[in-house]
Amino acid sequence: MIDILNAVIAILLGVGGVTLLYFALNAVVERLPRRWEARLKPFVFIGPAVLVVGLFLVYPAVQTVVYSFANDDSTSWVGLDNYTALFSDPGFRSALLNNVLWIVIVPTLSVVIGLLVAVLADKLSRGENVAKSVIFLPMAISFVGAATIWGFIYDANLRGGEQIGLLNALVVGLGFDPVVWLQQSQWALNDLLLMVIMVWLQAGFAMVLLSAAIKNVPDETVEAARIDGATEMKIFFQIVVPQIWASVLVVFTTILILVMKIFDIVYVMTNGAFDTEVVANTFFKQLFEFGNNGRAAAVVVILMIAVIPLMVYQVRRYRLEEAGR
Amino acid sequence: MSQTATDVKNTPGEPHDARSFGQRWGVIITLVLVCAIWTVPTLGLLISSFREEADVDASGWWTVFTRPFDFTQWTLDSYERVLSGGMGDAFINSIVVAVPATVIPVMIAAFAAYAFTFMRFWGRNLLFIFVVGLLVVPLQVAFVPLLQIYVDFELNGTFLAVWLAHTGFGMPLAIYILRNYMGSLPKEIIESAEIDGASHFQTFWRLILPMSVPALAAFAIFQFLWVWNDLLVALIFLASNPANTVVTIELQKLLGEFGSEWHLLTAAAFVTMTVPLIVFFSLQRFFVRGLTAGSVKG
Repeated sequence: MIDILNAVIAILLGVGGVTLLYFALNAVVERLPRRWEARLKPFVFIGPAVLVVGLFLVYPAVQTVVYSFANDDSTSWVGLDNYTALFSDPGFRSALLNNVLWIVIVPTLSVVIGLLVAVLADKLSRGENVAKSVIFLPMAISFVGAATIWGFIYDANLRGGEQIGLLNALVVGLGFDPVVWLQQSQWALNDLLLMVIMVWLQAGFAMVLLSAAIKNVPDETVEAARIDGATEMKIFFQIVVPQIWASVLVVFTTILILVMKIFDIVYVMTNGAFDTEVVANTFFKQLFEFGNNGRAAAVVVILMIAVIPLMVYQVRRYRLEEAGR
Repeated sequence: MSQTATDVKNTPGEPHDARSFGQRWGVIITLVLVCAIWTVPTLGLLISSFREEADVDASGWWTVFTRPFDFTQWTLDSYERVLSGGMGDAFINSIVVAVPATVIPVMIAAFAAYAFTFMRFWGRNLLFIFVVGLLVVPLQVAFVPLLQIYVDFELNGTFLAVWLAHTGFGMPLAIYILRNYMGSLPKEIIESAEIDGASHFQTFWRLILPMSVPALAAFAIFQFLWVWNDLLVALIFLASNPANTVVTIELQKLLGEFGSEWHLLTAAAFVTMTVPLIVFFSLQRFFVRGLTAGSVKG
């Protein structure tokens, strides 16, 4: 009971504090001479946002770049040592390689499955929304929750007795020995099994956006092709896909940006063991296990550099949209 | 739209006739299969969380279907253990973290979006393009320096620390979504309010905020779920103080300690999922809009 009371007080303080701030700022500015009021008013509205973004994103980002050239507790300069150490570490190189696998495979599979469901559900006369809800539902689930759900599927029982993990129950049912899935690093099998979790989470997002795009494809274009005797396959690949290509790219890059920083699933399931390491998990390890600020900062800078092309793409897309308004 | 497509296909005499029957079943079977793959994992979790410990260890959860009405096999024991063992407190903490971490950025971003849309000031466009660029910045960039600031000010492990961090991290997206929405509102309304002598502050509270509810709700839902489901930010700024632990940290700890005690893990996982699932089922339209608008977040 006390806990809940404290919780309510904490929430009210947090929310009320911010509201008061705006009223106070506004009251001050409205007391100023008219000319100054007009000049300063925009900054009352935008000031807190700029302050927050500056303090919690821009300043730390700059500071992180600086730290990446310093030692483990940021007390002396080490030049490029952090970077050379990272790139000569086979563990980090394998993390980079794994990240590449993730950003190729997960967005691709998510788009393919999302597109499949969007197209097929569109053809149903009933139940379209049910099918879509089912695919979309995992979007509500946290990475840790999803890791638990799939960890249970991948469970292996080597002590004898029945397999309670679904995948091993199937394998044993087919007459094979149970497999400790998350330790199977040949052909990156365990990596792929972790990616399955991410695809399971993200396909719904792909489906919703692509479904909307498909419904925007003018009927006439499809009908005309059908009258010309084109097969459904041909209609899909030659008429529909070109018209939704922009949406496919948006979905792909969006999931790609998310997957680049993939952390929770790997951290919870294997913590990078058995060749499943990824970049964001390396960052966490450098920071908390090895207490090496410089190395951790260098990992982030590498991640940031990888994001720059996507940033340019994002800004360019925004400008095109603005121009089209 | 799908209606017209099927109508045409089934017109008698069409050459596609025979094949479209097979096609229709192909569509249904494929969809049922995909939907099954998408549901079964969660179903297994839910069922196992209500089974006796001994049963969970001895047989697969799917065996319950051989005797679903044998009510002696169902129990709430795992939930009791999990909730009294820290997950209960963590649940309250998650709410304390998530509500202000949603409301504060919505409010700050709404003011900023208003300024970006309806006010003129020096550097407006450049500043907004900067915000768009920040959308994709990985939030890891902030952790090392922020952690140092928090430690210096003895803020690390407090709710305030995570509220502020989530406010900062959510800000670019919030401003982006809300500005785009406010930009689509009719300009005449603002102009007539100005002529009537309303100040910007009044126009904001009385006109723009109520009109922007769909966008505010969409972002709020996205941000709330994002914060609720977040593990990384909580691990970094909150985990040092066990009293303020949240559900994701608690679940991750259980996974580490009881890696194969599935009766506990499934119940704990389901506790963490309750709030997002309620949001999903009760606010589905806003939910979809929020997640699709918000998914670019760094």
